[in-house]
Amino acid sequence: MMRARVACRGAIHEAIPHGKHALRLADGRVVAEDSVVWLPPVEAGTLIALGLNYADHARELAFSSQEEPLVFLKGPGSLIGHRGETRRPRDVTFMHYECELAVVIGREASNVARTQAMQHVAGYCIANDYAIRDYLENWYRPNLRAKNRDGATVLGPWFVDAEDVPSSNALELRTYVNGKLTQQGNTRDLIFDIPCLIEYLSSFMTLSAGDVILTGTPEGVVNVMPGDEVVCEIDGLGRLVNTIVADDVFGR
Amino acid sequence: MPWRLSCAAAGFETLATLKLTWSTPGGNMRTTASPAGIAMQVAPYRLSGAVYGTLLNHRTAVESLGDAIDKPPYKTAPRAPVLYIKPRNTLAASGDAVLVPTDADELEAGGCLGVVIGRTACRLTEANALDHMAGYLIVNDVSVPHAVYYRPSIRLKARDGFCPLGAFTVRAKVKDPNALTIRTYTDGVLVQTAATADLVRSVERLLADVTEFMTLAPGDVLAMGVAAPAPRVKAGQTVRIEIDGLGTLSNVFSRTPT
Repeated sequence: MMRARVACRGAIHEAIPHGKHALRLADGRVVAEDSVVWLPPVEAGTLIALGLNYADHARELAFSSQEEPLVFLKGPGSLIGHRGETRRPRDVTFMHYECELAVVIGREASNVARTQAMQHVAGYCIANDYAIRDYLENWYRPNLRAKNRDGATVLGPWFVDAEDVPSSNALELRTYVNGKLTQQGNTRDLIFDIPCLIEYLSSFMTLSAGDVILTGTPEGVVNVMPGDEVVCEIDGLGRLVNTIVADDVFGR
Repeated sequence: MPWRLSCAAAGFETLATLKLTWSTPGGNMRTTASPAGIAMQVAPYRLSGAVYGTLLNHRTAVESLGDAIDKPPYKTAPRAPVLYIKPRNTLAASGDAVLVPTDADELEAGGCLGVVIGRTACRLTEANALDHMAGYLIVNDVSVPHAVYYRPSIRLKARDGFCPLGAFTVRAKVKDPNALTIRTYTDGVLVQTAATADLVRSVERLLADVTEFMTLAPGDVLAMGVAAPAPRVKAGQTVRIEIDGLGTLSNVFSRTPT
């Protein structure tokens, strides 16, 4: 089942797809999908993100192989939903998207073996985890100013139940900038796959329902500019749309 | 949401014993009628569960790096505030045991001042920063000791129970957050004295610089930074942290969960 959280008609609703361009709210109303505000589909707890978890992207950024997953954390304020806007400050020379498979934890996980790990997964979303390279500093990488900006973590459009995504280890990811394919990968190329990540993380931190793991991005990140439409797509999870906007939108 | 409940389960019922005063949007001051459980439910004093730590924001922490600060892998001193996140699994209350992992001989106690956000804090200035705060609490930002700050594993700071928080104190009770003394005791012996007067970025400056790029929400906690050298603690020892006017935060460090 695919579910969205949307704001419309004065409230926040759970919604499911209804035909191609509409949503059906839990109370039965049918609304056009472009008439609602799409919120992140889950109220996320801890946001866990992976750096350099695809061999090709690690090579692209000239990193050697790792013994331990490169994990960083993000705050709830960075999240926005489908069809949102993400700001590109005017002094920036390199800002890029990162299309990622997001894994939502459904059941508390502490010291879970990889063979049991998938039982703790509730479902999946698409994430677009923006980065601003200009702001990357060499302290506690990646520092929050580069990776945890307001509106820099796009999540959605749907939360899809795990049982509807039987092959999460073989999903195609694609990113389009203004309709042009710029990034392509497959979750089968994850250096640390989902069971491995849950085993690793749960060995020192208890994961709870609602925690989200952004599993990393493949190669093909390019600079995006105000006005660009960035669409991240994953097989079976939908298309996550975001638009880059300039400082003036924020009165800056 | 389950994660809000898990914050309560982590021990924040201590908040509920306080009588609270807050400013309404109209600018009027209101006080809870009685020291009731209302604190957990009523913004802005419900902790959101988001706790941010600040690296190298105490003069002694910067000085302890010496020349290394300009050498690889860092190459240069940090420009923007360097933050990290203490996720919800790290949150604990006074009296909870801090588990010393089997692969660490000792841990670092990170006594510091935490500010609790009271109103949506975005693009603050030094002049209006304090108006957006609900108050303060003591934070023990516990770490597995590590010498390199380039890309440390989150294993070192994000383990379960690695962020005990003290009781909440309303902003009005603290005259100047930049003139507080933080004392850390292990087994009753004073092992560190740190002054918020020695913060690299003052409370107001840090809030302004952080909210330039990320909005802080009511109930978020921003820890102001730990002084160096952080006291080392072995299993079996008890760490008590005191800050003027904010009470104490006490936790036993243990090899076994209590």
